[in-house]
Amino acid sequence: MSEHILTICYLVASVTFILGLKMLSHPATARKGNLVAAAGMSVAIIGTIFLPQPDGTILHNYGWIFGGLLIGAVVGTLAAQKVKMTAMPEMVSLFNGMGGACAALISLVEFDHVSKELAADPSLDISHIQTKVLIIVLGLIIGSVSFAGSIIAWGKLNGKIKDFSFPGQNILNLVLLALALGAGAYLVIHPDHSLLFYGIFVLSLLYGVLFVMPIGGADMPVVISLLNSFTGVAAACGGFLYDNKVMLTGGILVGAAGTLLTILMCKAMNRSLKNVLIGSFGASNAAAASAGVAGHYKEVSLSDAAMLMSYANKVMVVPGYGLAVAQAQHTCHELEKILNEKGVEVKYAIHPVAGRMPGHMNVLLAEADVSYDKLLEMEEANDEFKTCDVVLVLGANDVVNPAAKTDPASPIYGMPILDVELAKNVIVNKRSMKPGYAGIENALFFQPKTSMLFGDAKKVLQELCNEIKSI
Amino acid sequence: MESILNWISANQSIIYIVILMVFVGIEVIGRVPSVLHTPLMSGANAIHGVVIIGAIIVMGKAEPDNYLALVLGFLAVILGTLNVVGGFVVTDRMLEMFKGKKK
Repeated sequence: MSEHILTICYLVASVTFILGLKMLSHPATARKGNLVAAAGMSVAIIGTIFLPQPDGTILHNYGWIFGGLLIGAVVGTLAAQKVKMTAMPEMVSLFNGMGGACAALISLVEFDHVSKELAADPSLDISHIQTKVLIIVLGLIIGSVSFAGSIIAWGKLNGKIKDFSFPGQNILNLVLLALALGAGAYLVIHPDHSLLFYGIFVLSLLYGVLFVMPIGGADMPVVISLLNSFTGVAAACGGFLYDNKVMLTGGILVGAAGTLLTILMCKAMNRSLKNVLIGSFGASNAAAASAGVAGHYKEVSLSDAAMLMSYANKVMVVPGYGLAVAQAQHTCHELEKILNEKGVEVKYAIHPVAGRMPGHMNVLLAEADVSYDKLLEMEEANDEFKTCDVVLVLGANDVVNPAAKTDPASPIYGMPILDVELAKNVIVNKRSMKPGYAGIENALFFQPKTSMLFGDAKKVLQELCNEIKSI
Repeated sequence: MESILNWISANQSIIYIVILMVFVGIEVIGRVPSVLHTPLMSGANAIHGVVIIGAIIVMGKAEPDNYLALVLGFLAVILGTLNVVGGFVVTDRMLEMFKGKKK
């Protein structure tokens, strides 16, 4: 009787995962969807621990299990609550890596079990063992790649690891992957070569590192999303291994949804997944693109900028990663309020991939209590730029680069951008003239309409506030 | 060939689940607005933390003298829990930012 209750628990959990994902994809229900999935997960975990398994056994080693759960829960909660808004994408990457590592560890333990079984009784049904080894090896490869890749992605996003590539890296990567898969196939046919298993483990880790290394930091969200779906598949391998339906459904669900999400993210940047992975943001490419852009830019003083803005009818703010780094969202909101008091209409133009993750700017501005209806999506914003007197670009670069429209040689050619040039004046706040994340020059900065306001976004905004107040 | 066909017959319910789940996964998030890409990725990240169930099973079935299984299993439980708990909490924090900002 009670083993059926576990089945019901798993059924409930599977349904909550599907419902949760469904609700997560609508703004109004997203938060509830997350809680629904979390509740389902708790049911599955508690059920697994206390209820008899399908084969009738009850799990033991409760001390170890609860110890692990406690440590993981405390560390996970603290880390997730302490993390700054700007650092959330790398946090997600780190957690994803933990999931991948978990899958790889399960494979390590289970392979050890299988080897021992095989050594004790060589006459075992070989096809049964082979199926198991196949799944274990798949879980190991996918889990390890996901783990190593996520850690590199995490390091890249928080600036600890720099882009690194060398000629022929793509070929080396393919060779590594082929070696790991080939060794895996050999191991499935000859399951007694247990040393080979650890070789595959090392190869997969190496592949994960080298696979993410050359991809530019701006593309990390796409990579994380892809690795996310990998971990889903690795979890599903575990489900196959234990004939555990909730792991199977949850894993495959995330694998499929994650893959689609990856493609959707690429589409938002108007790039193909292949283009992101094989990488077109190479150094040579960027150099070629920047050669075409040169000229003089003009700087604007703080008081001039303040004057311009306080006598405008409408100001559009274009936030970018610079705003996030400087943690200037609250100051930005303050500037908005001060301008409103002077009768200036202020709106925000949000590019879907501004910042380091899609939705980054929405989250950031929402944190500073900027009203939701002031945030314009790209299409709406592009319709309104021509009625704006001033566009204030805060640490955004590639998303306002006209080269995406005009220069077929540019690596970002074809990406939809915010047409800030349509406004009467453009003020660009940046820390320096250094190119943005994609490593390409921006012709916008050299246009006669554009004036540059150098400095840290928070400091500049603070000073702008003071200037405008004193006018 | 024969063995592959046998294998498919023996595992057909699992194969059905995989195929259906692929379609469900794609269908369910097909119309997500780009604003929600990151929270959705984070939520999906938490859901694949279901791999923790596997870690618990490894741990719960380990013999008391099998130190490899005990140590690796323990580590797997910690990492899996990090994935689940951290994933859901981070997603909730992201989505909290949107709360009450809509009419």
